Amino acid sequence: MPIQYEGIINEHQWTRNNCSVFDICHMGEFMIQADALLSNLDKVLTQNLVNMPLKTCKYGFMLNDNAGIIDDVIIYRIEQDKWMLVVNAATAPADFEHIKKHLAKDNVKIDNVSNSLAKLDLQGPLSREVLVEIAGEGILNLDYYGFDYFSVLGENIIISRTGYTGEMGFELYINNDKVIDLWNLLLENKNVKPAGLGARDTLRLEVCYPLYGQDISLKTSPLEAGLASFMDMKKDFMGKAAIEKKQQQGLGKKLCCFQTESRRAPRHDYEILVNNQKAGIVTSGSYSPSLGCGIGMGYIAEQYSDIGTEISLEHENIKINAQVVKRPFYKKGSLRG
Amino acid sequence: MNVPEGLFYTKEHEWVKIDGNLAKIGISDHAQHELGDITFVELPALHAPCEQFKQIATIESVKAASDVYAPLSGKISAVNNEVVANPELVNQSPYEQGWLLVIEITEESQLANLMDAEAYKNYLKENM
Repeated sequence: MPIQYEGIINEHQWTRNNCSVFDICHMGEFMIQADALLSNLDKVLTQNLVNMPLKTCKYGFMLNDNAGIIDDVIIYRIEQDKWMLVVNAATAPADFEHIKKHLAKDNVKIDNVSNSLAKLDLQGPLSREVLVEIAGEGILNLDYYGFDYFSVLGENIIISRTGYTGEMGFELYINNDKVIDLWNLLLENKNVKPAGLGARDTLRLEVCYPLYGQDISLKTSPLEAGLASFMDMKKDFMGKAAIEKKQQQGLGKKLCCFQTESRRAPRHDYEILVNNQKAGIVTSGSYSPSLGCGIGMGYIAEQYSDIGTEISLEHENIKINAQVVKRPFYKKGSLRG
Repeated sequence: MNVPEGLFYTKEHEWVKIDGNLAKIGISDHAQHELGDITFVELPALHAPCEQFKQIATIESVKAASDVYAPLSGKISAVNNEVVANPELVNQSPYEQGWLLVIEITEESQLANLMDAEAYKNYLKENM
């Protein structure tokens, strides 16, 4: 997937106002046939699988015993005992081994279909009407984080109402040999343009979605990342004991959002200072095309993490004034229609 | 890529237009294209001294922050405040409205360290 086609800012604005298609074929997908409880799959993931309605998705985590995030995933419940997990590309091989290691051996089937299943994201306020033309009126029945099978190009493909932009949007899973046809079909609609990784990053940052490997990693837990709501503390899961311990001890740092006073952007690994004291580190940063200023996320020592705190972002001879603000940066997304 | 004749160029992709002892500086069409959408420009103070091939300004695009280096030694005699207010001018017009600053040069012999248009074209071919 290229960084950009006609330019990050144009692609970003087009997605916010119209509809873009993103080539996300690099993501990993696992198909799992398993009873959630008997197989231990429910224990590997922080979300409660048992109470998930069929044809719905959930965003959650796989944690290690120290509550470090092995990966953030989207769980699809296809049938009572049939699941699809969508994982990050770089972590897919390790994720697969981790799940296999902890799943029961009997009555369980797990396939890494990452190399044969392709994924396109269609995102933007016009994405629903674009997709109705291609996949039919059934698209209108998809609620946020719902999915179903649709007949497209003679194939039965999964389409979910999910995404990474904060806009109304869908993710389409199709076999590799048909993905180019699907890409071309989507682009036949004049409201649809291709968008690259650059716009994907500015779009997700404006709505404060974390990026694995930057904002969350094995060194952080969902607690300090502000993502506790994606763990079900009423059930048992790997890493839960460490999460409970952290809750008692306090976190030390928190993932915060900040906005700069100028067009200058914070960047990954810039230092965060408060009153000339080192207070944290930037994990993601960019110029925000929607806000016209620099925005970023980073871990800040808890005592400096209050909304409104004046901070300084520094790197070599660069010094940027910024303020801790409420998430998300961009509040006008068409996400929920 | 557009590489106008009559200008000098550096390996860091700055261009130089000489007019007597004044050198107007900007970044090349190739550089603006590589950076992508430019969102921020920081220029030096007027009359500040500068030294050949040392950092003199900063340009940020959505993708990254990049340094601009002085092609020649001297002192800053003008800066383009238009590009500070509208950084996209550097993308739209790298050789005209997107100029960055003017240096009053002190060592004309340093021009020998720069490339002419043909040499820069070859440099781009070899390095891209």
